[in-house]
Amino acid sequence: MIVAERKPIDEILGFLSKHQKIMLLGCGGCVTVCLAGGEKEVGILGSELAMARAKEGRPLEVVQRTIERQCDFEYFEGIRHEVKDVDAILSLACGIGIQTVAEAFPDKVVWPGVNTKFLGVNQNVGVWAERCQACGQCVLDKTGGICPVARCSKSIFNGPCGGSQHGKCEVSADTDCAWALIHDRLTRLGQVDSMREILPVKDWSHSRDGGPRKLVREDLTLESGK
Amino acid sequence: MKAGSNLERMLEAGHFAVTGEIGPPKSWDGAVVQHHAKMMKGYCESYNLTDNQTAIVRLSSIAAGKLLLDAECEPNIQIVCRDRNRIAMQSDVLGAAALGIKNILALSGDHQKFGNHPYSKNVYDVDSIQLIQMLDGMRKGYFQSGEQMKGEPPKIYIGCAANPFADPFEFRVTRLEKKADAGADFCQTQCLLDMERFERWMELVRARGLHKRIKILAGITPLKSVKAAKYMRDYVAGMMVSDDIIQRLEKAEDIKAEGVQLAIEQIEYLKKMEGVAGVHIMAIAWEEIVPEIVKRAGLYPRPEV
Repeated sequence: MIVAERKPIDEILGFLSKHQKIMLLGCGGCVTVCLAGGEKEVGILGSELAMARAKEGRPLEVVQRTIERQCDFEYFEGIRHEVKDVDAILSLACGIGIQTVAEAFPDKVVWPGVNTKFLGVNQNVGVWAERCQACGQCVLDKTGGICPVARCSKSIFNGPCGGSQHGKCEVSADTDCAWALIHDRLTRLGQVDSMREILPVKDWSHSRDGGPRKLVREDLTLESGK
Repeated sequence: MKAGSNLERMLEAGHFAVTGEIGPPKSWDGAVVQHHAKMMKGYCESYNLTDNQTAIVRLSSIAAGKLLLDAECEPNIQIVCRDRNRIAMQSDVLGAAALGIKNILALSGDHQKFGNHPYSKNVYDVDSIQLIQMLDGMRKGYFQSGEQMKGEPPKIYIGCAANPFADPFEFRVTRLEKKADAGADFCQTQCLLDMERFERWMELVRARGLHKRIKILAGITPLKSVKAAKYMRDYVAGMMVSDDIIQRLEKAEDIKAEGVQLAIEQIEYLKKMEGVAGVHIMAIAWEEIVPEIVKRAGLYPRPEV
């Protein structure tokens, strides 16, 4: 899932300083699962914002809504009539959702309420870890199902580098060395000899380096055209 | 001969080679580089010039390499994968070759977290093994893209690093093998402060015949203090310092003299070890001690090749 973390309240209050009425918009997708921007967090933040502003003697009216997903245009139809009456929208969705809100309401100010962190997994209560960088060309077939692009601090393809010790990365004793994990897993699977092969230079054009990416699937576009 | 550098000729002639290391300054004062080179001149075949080591901005390794050439010392420039993509790296290789630099050493590079710009972006377009492949391709006349180079290909003697003290231990030998497969001609090891582990690593290296495919120079660092030794042991990732070394330094009356003596004993021992082709002396911020170590280890004068 996309993992996000709510921005500090003071930063958000700074965004909203000139508004009297806003819509605080939650998302029912990833940010609900990672407890950053779902219905529950909308309720908590809504109260915090209203209280902070009441204390300043400049009340803020907060319309609280949470829609199914903010990364799909169809779900905005149900709130369109209410958006008309607010000064701005504070979105608690990931960066994708926030941008979709801005695109769906071109004349409305939209503020980000979260920092989108990474694509990752929930490891434990309150702990998330990065797993994928969406590099566009998956190499997990060669690395025992452990991604060196996202999980090695240097994204190297022929690790571990000389900074790997006791299974940890040179960057921090809290960070597992991805290549040590790959090595151990391939050893368990009886495939460690495959690490003798030099993985070739990566074609980064499939990643962000090729420019903003777009996926067009003609099988689907043709079908919808019928 | 791949590049005909002093280092290559010395190793190919089968002499026990000696290389040194100079860390360029955090300023544009090129005289500092030449000053250190002059201190060691005649005692080493070539001198590594670190590439923004520990991710701290320093005078560029290639520019420092040119300063060394002007001082009639042979440079071995390091290139790390952290700061440049394949376009910039290949451009630098051509530039280095044009200046007369013949030895290039490929490294991953320390993570920028440790340096003076921890908020920077890192590159790692290619990794160190892929960089070796790229250098090997260039000396055969091809850019990484496969495009053929115009004119004469650059002459490069390709170096790499090996760290017998990092983990997983057995894989460290495979990693050296990958570097040899990629085209590396010589390797310099992380500084050797645990002889027992190094010997075990060399056994595995010899078992695979790797010492016949790639020249191995063992890293030597004379220790100046017990504190430095313990710091390396406890806080530097990929380093090991054995207890007997720490104890010897702790017992010594003159710790610096003991550090030098230890380095000399290590070199004497390594001279007899099958598969070790030389030593790489890293006496950063203590360059003036290198001549004494080389002399007392019986490696001076350097053979003419």
